[in-house]
Amino acid sequence: MRRLLLAVAVLVPMGACGADAEAVRPFEREAQRPSTSAIDSLVLPALQAHGIKPANLCSDEVFVRRVYLDVIGTLPQPQEVRQFLRQRRPNKRTALINSLMDREEFADYWAMKWCDLLRVKAEFPINLWPNGVQAYYRWIRDAVRDNMPYDQFVRELLTSSGSNFRVAPVNFYRAVQGQKPETIASAVALTFMGTRSANWTEAQRANMAAFFSRIQFKGTAEWKEEIISLDPAPAGPLDAVLPDGTPVHILPDEDPRRVFADWLIAPGNPWFTRNIVNRVWAWLLGRGLIHEPDDIRPDNPAVYPEVLAYLQKELVAADYDLRHVYRLILNSRVYQQSSIPQSNHPGAEALFAQYAVRRLDAEVLVDALDTVFGGAENYESAIPEPFTFIPNQQRTIALADGSITSQFLEMFGRPSRDTGLESERNNQPTDAQRLHMLNSTHVQRKIEGGWRMRRILQAAETNRTEAIQTLYLSVLSRRATPSEMAVVEAYCEQDGLSGEQIASDLAWALVNTKEFLYRH
Amino acid sequence: MNMNKQGASGTITRRTALKQGLLGAAGLALCGRRGAWARTPDSPARAKSVIQIWMWGGPAHTDTFDPKPDAGYDYCGPLDKTIDTNVDGIQIGDQLPLLARQADKYSIIRSMTHGINAHETASYIVQTGRRPGRLVYPSAGAVMSLFKGIDRGYDGLAPPYIVLTEPQGRFSEAGFLGQRYKPFATGGDPNRNPFVVEGIVAEGVSDERQHGRRELLHALDSLGKAMPGNPHFERLDRCEQNAYDLMFGETRELFDLSKEKNETREAYGRNTFGQSCLMARRLVEAGVPYVTINYKGWDTHKQHFQIMKRKLPELDKGMSALLQDLSGRGLLDSTIVWWGGEFGRTPRVQWAPPWNGGRSHHGQCFTSVVAGGGFKGGQVVGASNATGEEVTERPVYPVDLIGSIYELMGIEPDGPLPNPRGLTAQVLPAPENGEPSGGRLYEIM
Repeated sequence: MRRLLLAVAVLVPMGACGADAEAVRPFEREAQRPSTSAIDSLVLPALQAHGIKPANLCSDEVFVRRVYLDVIGTLPQPQEVRQFLRQRRPNKRTALINSLMDREEFADYWAMKWCDLLRVKAEFPINLWPNGVQAYYRWIRDAVRDNMPYDQFVRELLTSSGSNFRVAPVNFYRAVQGQKPETIASAVALTFMGTRSANWTEAQRANMAAFFSRIQFKGTAEWKEEIISLDPAPAGPLDAVLPDGTPVHILPDEDPRRVFADWLIAPGNPWFTRNIVNRVWAWLLGRGLIHEPDDIRPDNPAVYPEVLAYLQKELVAADYDLRHVYRLILNSRVYQQSSIPQSNHPGAEALFAQYAVRRLDAEVLVDALDTVFGGAENYESAIPEPFTFIPNQQRTIALADGSITSQFLEMFGRPSRDTGLESERNNQPTDAQRLHMLNSTHVQRKIEGGWRMRRILQAAETNRTEAIQTLYLSVLSRRATPSEMAVVEAYCEQDGLSGEQIASDLAWALVNTKEFLYRH
Repeated sequence: MNMNKQGASGTITRRTALKQGLLGAAGLALCGRRGAWARTPDSPARAKSVIQIWMWGGPAHTDTFDPKPDAGYDYCGPLDKTIDTNVDGIQIGDQLPLLARQADKYSIIRSMTHGINAHETASYIVQTGRRPGRLVYPSAGAVMSLFKGIDRGYDGLAPPYIVLTEPQGRFSEAGFLGQRYKPFATGGDPNRNPFVVEGIVAEGVSDERQHGRRELLHALDSLGKAMPGNPHFERLDRCEQNAYDLMFGETRELFDLSKEKNETREAYGRNTFGQSCLMARRLVEAGVPYVTINYKGWDTHKQHFQIMKRKLPELDKGMSALLQDLSGRGLLDSTIVWWGGEFGRTPRVQWAPPWNGGRSHHGQCFTSVVAGGGFKGGQVVGASNATGEEVTERPVYPVDLIGSIYELMGIEPDGPLPNPRGLTAQVLPAPENGEPSGGRLYEIM
């Protein structure tokens, strides 16, 4: 058997049957496309100056998978792939990008991302408690879904007062690791300025802390309810200094948080826009123009400062519509490059000469397995007061509470939501992850037990080749190439394995390929 | 206002400095030493491994190692008899006759306390030695995995921190150390044949098929082939190689309990706990530094005495066989056995509905048992009052017990805790941080 497989692979090497160029070379597209993107006009000449040849444009098959995973954290269904590949209109990639941003999964996926940064979890050590988590999560998800302007989003998080159950954004202050003004200030600096206050001088830290020195936390008769308000009787006016060095005199009846927020979100403030456009870039492309994206400091410059400046200007001009920034990036050739490099320059990946491969996020990966095979994870919360109801078909990217325990999610590096650092999410592969994917009953049961898998098996009885193609479309969002088909057909012909076992082995092999496990 | 003034005057308190990471390792060493408490900082390790028998849910201390036969029916229920052990003057509950014959090998700490009656918080305190704070610290097993694991050259057949069979839950064991230091949970049931170890021993997939489909995977790895030398993919390939080494190498045989003699398997008891004890012995024999046996079913709010009648003989058989076997093989000197749960149970029985004879959570006073690895046997540490509700002598806090275990394992409890997040942290909290402490267990070390 082993010899047979190898023989087939040699007989039909990749690219030998030139019937359909796209099918034979599934990852790249040779044809060039004129680019109107300002990002491209800034990046491509710079790459040329470095002597780096950028990667080819990615194929439509790669694009449809990539953009689903990057924009909605969800694998496309086979029919969605087929439909996209069939389309012949020149702007079909742009149309797909636009339609994805209107989907519910867009809100799910980006709410998850924001909940990582805003530390949304019920227990330990954040202790928002289940009711607070639900209120806060709802508010964040609604803001993403309704595309709340980003400046307004931040202003509400920073300046709201009231009950954590009723005025959800006040939970921002409850989800900080400590109620001391300097702790809050450091969370604000990290989240909205992308900078670590540990790198500041003591005076700078104290200056910023002053704006958060009048916040009060007060319990109520309601279980785990907390009122966040301002000190109603402050000792007097507050003389404070903004992070850019401007002194301000805050009267006793003024809210120092508002003074700070007004400074932060003012259109001319580079701290505010630089942080968010750099983060969006990092979320979509795997690393920031400034890297790490939450470690902005003078000695950590952007690789393309002009790109950063351009995106900042565009964000302000678009009235802080973040989706506009997403579109600018997603429509660029830089984003739509293949992950297969054309240059062996060591800095090519950091200079965005190709799309960087990275392992699927833990939540996205487990959802992808369930999408492919038709199964579901069952989540439950061990935290009472009150118990959280989680429906059986709950998708993982839509889990509100970071305290929901799951061995799979922890093994695959879901962030613990303790610090709000981007680096909390760990997508590095480990031996334990590999064991789990290759040989666990958890994954084996998903493969064998899902309704979609059973349907593919039924289809194989009438048309095996078509069933194999459906499996390929489900798992890898493309059809098998002729050489791959030959390998699979040879596997199917061997003795000693039942049809179910063969199908399960093929599915097992496909979900263990790098092509499935990685965004590429 | 205050902060502003402090900033203006430029003073930095030591604690602020620590918190904000201004002081490097040298600063930490200066601040963190426990002074009189510390023995020589680099005391050599006496123990090589720990077997933690985690009594999930909290075992009744008064029905096991701290019996109170004179407390009356309201406290004892039907379990009002003790049994003499092979150590003069030490009695334990009469449901543990086999353990009574091994009392020279272990010490009973009857004065454990932390005062917390909630599972999550108590589990956290007992396994980390810390009160809940703003950071989640690693459990003792994860700390062991850091100091005795792969980072420090551990190259054993099995992962350095193993849980039989399900993770304890309640909190993320690795805390801020991250997933690299998490326990490897075996899944499966060691009392079944085969013991299906999640990821290592698959059920119903023959070796031939495993090899065949691995070949299929490689033949279909088109993206990997299109990007030879990609560093991200090369890292995944190394993980795959390691995974297959675990699946097909000697590791699988290590987990194969059918390699044991039938009488040995019988001696441990043919049940999940008994065979977990046997598995734990095989693992420490192979050099695994930390094994947790997560023994479920001790949260006995209802039907307490019926459950005790059923489970205590199981505990008795498995744990006594483990102690005897470790000792017989010369492994007890280098293996710490640590028995206990997150708390004890209320000594006064709850006879009223809905409990109808149950025991609730009791963190004020409970019992832990330690053996081997440098702990003396045949000793009792501390004491509880006539009902077992309060500590009367020599309180022992979780930080004291864990600190003692660390010391025997050659881990400096006051030393820095290196971590991937770059946080300034210490292995165990210093006393000046307000953690209550009764001092390490030097009387039995």
